[in-house]
Amino acid sequence: MAIEVRIPTILRNYTDGAKAVNAEGATLDELITNLETNHPGIKNRLVDEAGGLRRFVNVYLNDEDVRFLGGLGTPVSDGDTVTVLPAVAGG
Amino acid sequence: MLSIAQELADKIVAHARADHPDEACGVIAGRNGVPERFIPMENAERSPTFYRFDSREQFRVWREMDDRDETPVVIYHSHTATEAYPSRTDIAYASEPDTHYVLVSTREEGEMEFRSFRILDGVVTEEEVEFLP
Repeated sequence: MAIEVRIPTILRNYTDGAKAVNAEGATLDELITNLETNHPGIKNRLVDEAGGLRRFVNVYLNDEDVRFLGGLGTPVSDGDTVTVLPAVAGG
Repeated sequence: MLSIAQELADKIVAHARADHPDEACGVIAGRNGVPERFIPMENAERSPTFYRFDSREQFRVWREMDDRDETPVVIYHSHTATEAYPSRTDIAYASEPDTHYVLVSTREEGEMEFRSFRILDGVVTEEEVEFLP
């Protein structure tokens, strides 16, 4: 089962510059754990110490923000596209 | 250096004035580093001290830029009570190494500060701004 994960510029140092990589899993959480296996360090940029999505990282399943779905528990399946975008924010 | 059409700079300023006292934010998309397409964004925080793009709107805009081979050449926002210089949170959340971060300040009614910065790994570098006719 392969799911395409689109990687933003700022995280491409974990993917040897690749804009998109494939990962596997039945939920977003599993997908990120699988991503970590092949791209060590990336999980820490997406998930905080409490195990939730980092506040200033947006993750989308196809074209919906996963915060409006089931967060990290959101089921994913073959053919889905997961997009990571850093939030644009400041003070 | 940021070279930007006066007309686009005027649009940023007008947006900042219109949303004052809340912070205004947006993008100018373009190709090859040339700012061309003005995209005002909603400040999901609606706050005088903070801004954040609405995540769904950001997704749509980013995908549209991707489809058009554009990048966010400029990301702008306003400060409404302080100078047009990146705040600590601006620096902490800056995540586009190739983007010109434009700040304007609406604290003085009669004058407008318009400044541009590169923000990379926590380091702020101000750059010259050239307004093109």
